[in-house]
Amino acid sequence: MSVGPAWYMALAAVLFGIGALGILTRRNALVMFMSIELMLNAVNLTFVAASRALGGIEGQVAVLFVMVVAAAEVTVGLAIIVAVFRRRATASVDELAELAG
Amino acid sequence: MTDVIWLVVLFPLIGFLALLFFGKRIGEPRAGYLGSATVIVAFVLALIAAFDFIGGEGEAHTVVLFEWMPSLGLDVAFLWDPLSAAMTLVVTGVGALIHVYSIGYMHGDPRFGRFFTYLNLFIVSMLLLVLGDNFGVLFVGWELVGLSSYLLISFWFTKPSAAAAGKKAFVVNRVGDVGFLVALMLIFSSFGSLAYGEVFEHAPEVLSGGMATAVTLLLLIGAAGKSAQLPLYVWLPDAMEGPTPVSALIHAATMVTAGVYLVARSGALFELAPTSAAIVATVGALTALFAATIAVGQKDIKRVLAYSTISQLGYMFMAVGAAAYVAGVFHLVTHAFFKALLFLGAGSVIHAMADEQDMRKMGGLRSKMPITFATMAIAWLAISGIPPLAGFWSKDEILAVVFNRGGAWIALWVIGLITAGLTAFYMTRLMYMTFFGAPRWADGVEPHESPALMTMPLVALGVASAFAGFINTPWRLGFEHFLEPTFERFEVHLAHPPDGITPWILAIVSVLVALAGIAIGRRRYGGAMPAETGLWWDRVENGYYVDDVYGTTLVLPGKRASQVMAFAFDAKIIDGIVNGTGTAVRAFSKALRPLQTGLVRSYGVGILAGAVGLLIWFLSRGGV
Amino acid sequence: MDFPVIALLVLLPSGIAVVIAALPQRTRSLWFPLAIALSALPLAVAGYIMWEFDAVDGGFQFTQDISWFGPWDIAWNVGIDGISLFLVVLTTILFPISLAASMNITEKVKLYIVSLLILETGLLGVFVSLDLLLFFVFFEIVLVPMYFLIGLWGSKNRVYAAVKFFLYTAFGSALLLSGIIGLAVMARDQLGGFSFDFNTLLTLEISSSAQLWFFLAFAIAFAIKVPLFPLHTWLPDAHTEAPTAGSVLLAGVLLKLGTYGLLRFNLTLFPDASVRLAPWLATLAVIGIIYGAAVAIVQPDVKRLVAYSSVSHLGFIVLGIFAMTTQGLQGGVIQMINHGLTTGALFLLVGMIYERRHTRLISDYGGLAKVMPIYAGFFLFTAFASIGLPGLNGFIGEFKVLLGAYLRFPVLAIIAALGVVLAAVYLLWAYERMFTGPVTNEANAGLRDLNGREIAVLVPMAVLIVFLGIYPKPALDRIEPAVDRILDRIEAVTDYEVPEYGSTADIAGGGE
Repeated sequence: MSVGPAWYMALAAVLFGIGALGILTRRNALVMFMSIELMLNAVNLTFVAASRALGGIEGQVAVLFVMVVAAAEVTVGLAIIVAVFRRRATASVDELAELAG
Repeated sequence: MTDVIWLVVLFPLIGFLALLFFGKRIGEPRAGYLGSATVIVAFVLALIAAFDFIGGEGEAHTVVLFEWMPSLGLDVAFLWDPLSAAMTLVVTGVGALIHVYSIGYMHGDPRFGRFFTYLNLFIVSMLLLVLGDNFGVLFVGWELVGLSSYLLISFWFTKPSAAAAGKKAFVVNRVGDVGFLVALMLIFSSFGSLAYGEVFEHAPEVLSGGMATAVTLLLLIGAAGKSAQLPLYVWLPDAMEGPTPVSALIHAATMVTAGVYLVARSGALFELAPTSAAIVATVGALTALFAATIAVGQKDIKRVLAYSTISQLGYMFMAVGAAAYVAGVFHLVTHAFFKALLFLGAGSVIHAMADEQDMRKMGGLRSKMPITFATMAIAWLAISGIPPLAGFWSKDEILAVVFNRGGAWIALWVIGLITAGLTAFYMTRLMYMTFFGAPRWADGVEPHESPALMTMPLVALGVASAFAGFINTPWRLGFEHFLEPTFERFEVHLAHPPDGITPWILAIVSVLVALAGIAIGRRRYGGAMPAETGLWWDRVENGYYVDDVYGTTLVLPGKRASQVMAFAFDAKIIDGIVNGTGTAVRAFSKALRPLQTGLVRSYGVGILAGAVGLLIWFLSRGGV
Repeated sequence: MDFPVIALLVLLPSGIAVVIAALPQRTRSLWFPLAIALSALPLAVAGYIMWEFDAVDGGFQFTQDISWFGPWDIAWNVGIDGISLFLVVLTTILFPISLAASMNITEKVKLYIVSLLILETGLLGVFVSLDLLLFFVFFEIVLVPMYFLIGLWGSKNRVYAAVKFFLYTAFGSALLLSGIIGLAVMARDQLGGFSFDFNTLLTLEISSSAQLWFFLAFAIAFAIKVPLFPLHTWLPDAHTEAPTAGSVLLAGVLLKLGTYGLLRFNLTLFPDASVRLAPWLATLAVIGIIYGAAVAIVQPDVKRLVAYSSVSHLGFIVLGIFAMTTQGLQGGVIQMINHGLTTGALFLLVGMIYERRHTRLISDYGGLAKVMPIYAGFFLFTAFASIGLPGLNGFIGEFKVLLGAYLRFPVLAIIAALGVVLAAVYLLWAYERMFTGPVTNEANAGLRDLNGREIAVLVPMAVLIVFLGIYPKPALDRIEPAVDRILDRIEAVTDYEVPEYGSTADIAGGGE
């Protein structure tokens, strides 16, 4: 049994689902962050797998982009979370609802 | 000398600038000396430059100073010809006398220097007006005299009535100016130039009859504003709020005659539009009569003179409308002398009576103020048209020319004659109420003759009023020969008095009318003051309530309309639409606001649902 | 290539802003004097440009074209012609004056100075840009500091005014941007590549129906800026709430962005539509002249009064532009300068009295001429310049506009001439109520007259007002070739003929 692209896709889908579920169910900002990383990497996985399967290089390039963006996002996001935590002593996103309409 | 004619303007200009910046430091009375000196120098220069014309020689001379608006071909250029010379001499001559008089009259005023600043500004502006070689410079002078008039009428600005009068004068003049401005547009669009030479020379071929009529009627609107003719005369009586020398100089002798000058200068255009010329004459005649009837009922000595000025300006309009340009300008000159004299005399009286202007509180001043009385008496007889004083010659020439035109013009002649009688009557009334009879002074008023600085100009003007008429008598048409080149240059035909015995008969008739006016006046006011009350007197005294009529028919509705536009239309409707747009957007946003729950996870659901939706859509289409 | 003098001109104010921003807090008292002194530098550069400017050349001078984003042909493409020259000079003159007039500002001084200087860069950039995208960038840059000027240092209702100003103009900007992009797309279709270059876009062939839409997109954006009736209601609010310097610059320069845009872009890029729509715009302009003046008469607030007078004056400019005659265009351009000077000076004057009494209501004053004679003198002088008294600058522009407009729209010109009466009414009536009569309000009795700094601020304006009124030739000479070039282009690509004087006579005489 060879491990074909479909396996990778399935794994990515599962990872993505876990990530999405995490986003939807957890209220701790840090955990939500980790969930986002999970989703990003699920996408990365599909990119790499597709790249490999199709023999092109574009997918790998896209992955590099995603990684850079993710790194930047983590930096900014963590900084915000830390700042909020200092001020509010909580990391629960439900309590940060100033923008509620 | 004619090449440096701009020096005539330069000296008063230097005076103006010096007084503007250093007026306070120069102080009283030196500011007055400085102002007077510059105008006297200008007068002397003008006299020298005018010498050539007296012999009937001397070409019209244009001096270009610099280009003003090149694409309009508009230069700052001066024209030195007999007409501008005559005007310049009147302006600087009478101006100089009134400057000197003002040194005495304005004595002790805290803004003494400022007064002479404005007077000099006026002289500069008026000289621009009469010396300009094109309608552009004329218009500059035209507006600047309006400015000086505004400044001087409201000179005592702490008095609300003076401030209001100044504003009224400027605004009413501006109404006339619109006519002038539109005339300039028509002239420019027709000729591509505003220079007199260009316009007048080519007028016959360029202007169609209708266009010529339009241009000249529009010029008439401008002239009627400046020269206080029907229906734009209302500002002049109020302008008497200004210091009396101002009334004498600006609102009697010079500025108000600018309209007459304009019509005379544009003779070449009016010749192409006989209808307009007739309208000018009719407006003049009606104004003359109308204002004379109002003058009869005035209690304020200056207001009598103000209405008298309007009436006399009407005469001048009648003359220039009848193409009797020489007669019109002649009357302009003589009127400048005797009316300035009357105003200065009135100023002297007001000064003596501790600023009392009501003639009912005067009387018996003859012995207290002999010089003032004697000189004013000359002016009184001159304006009434008693020979051989100045007014007789000029007024009579006008009436004779109008009579000579025949036809419907005879009606104007009749109006002129009636006006002459009324003039004699109200002037007699003024003289008797002021100088004769028993004193009716208020308590504590001690009349006295004015100082020499004030009486000297009176005497000078008295001499001029007595003899100025001799510059143009039927047997020696000196002034006519002097002015003729101006009109010959563009082949303007002058109307003339009849030949033969007729003018003598006409003269006798008008003198008889004048004498009758004086006699009636003397009879009525020689003794005790008649009580002038009742409906008719009220109406006349208030100038037939024309001001009120204008107020209710023009000013008030205009203000209402502005208010409606500002506070209903602009604020409610136009801005309402703008703010309404804002409100609508806000309402729309409000409806969408609940979507923004503030819960990150609810947004996550939205995103996920969207992603799934897209996925399903792509799959259902069978691939991307 | 010559020395990039325009780049220097445009970037200098921002450079000064950086210098000021870098100063430490303890030098606080030096910020204003230093900013005023340094802001003389752009003025000097503008003076140099005017000195070197070739008066007979109607084209763009001092041009510089450096590619910015090559694939789309976006470039730092700048140049100055006779039309922009004087707007640039006016801008550089007004900034030192505005700074000097703002020395009473005590809050957030540094931010204030920096905002003003960035505003200057934006304004100068707008007038020199020959690349439409560059123009748009500068056009938008201008909005931001102005928004803050009104919103932070304005008076009571400032936030409302600032937001209204911003939204109004942003709406116009959106149209403008779509128009610009539309042109670039059209360039791609016709020339094979996007282009935002003004001279390239002039070569496009735009169908007359397309021109109509483009014209409207541009014209609405610019008409809001002008502001042209009925898009004017942001102006009174913005003017009233803005700090003095804000009002001065708003009236002096910002409004000219609209008229400049109409003249520079609408007339040249869409000549066909301009010819067709000119009667409509001229009509709106004349409505604005009369309407603005009539509304000004009854304003109880002197700053609003001056604001509405701007609506009236700007109407004259637009009328001149869409008269499409040499005189009209020339008058329009010179009137832009004149209005900047006179209305700028009026706002300075209103600001000075506001500083003393903290009220703008005319009825709170009265008899000021007695208490503050120098101030009254300056006010009356400026009012007469604004009324259009010959001998002062306002007359030159109005007169040329009216004569020029008469050639094409006689009836409109005659109606516009009535505006001069109304101008006299609203300004002289306001003067009467504020300055004459007895001092009725005790609070006015002790007011001090202008001090040396205030006089120093006003004198340059007064000198220019007189100079341009008496000897406008240097300015007119430089403007004429530039406007003739625009008219030549319109005549070349449309069947429009610039009406010449004497034409009415020809008609009357049967023509040839």
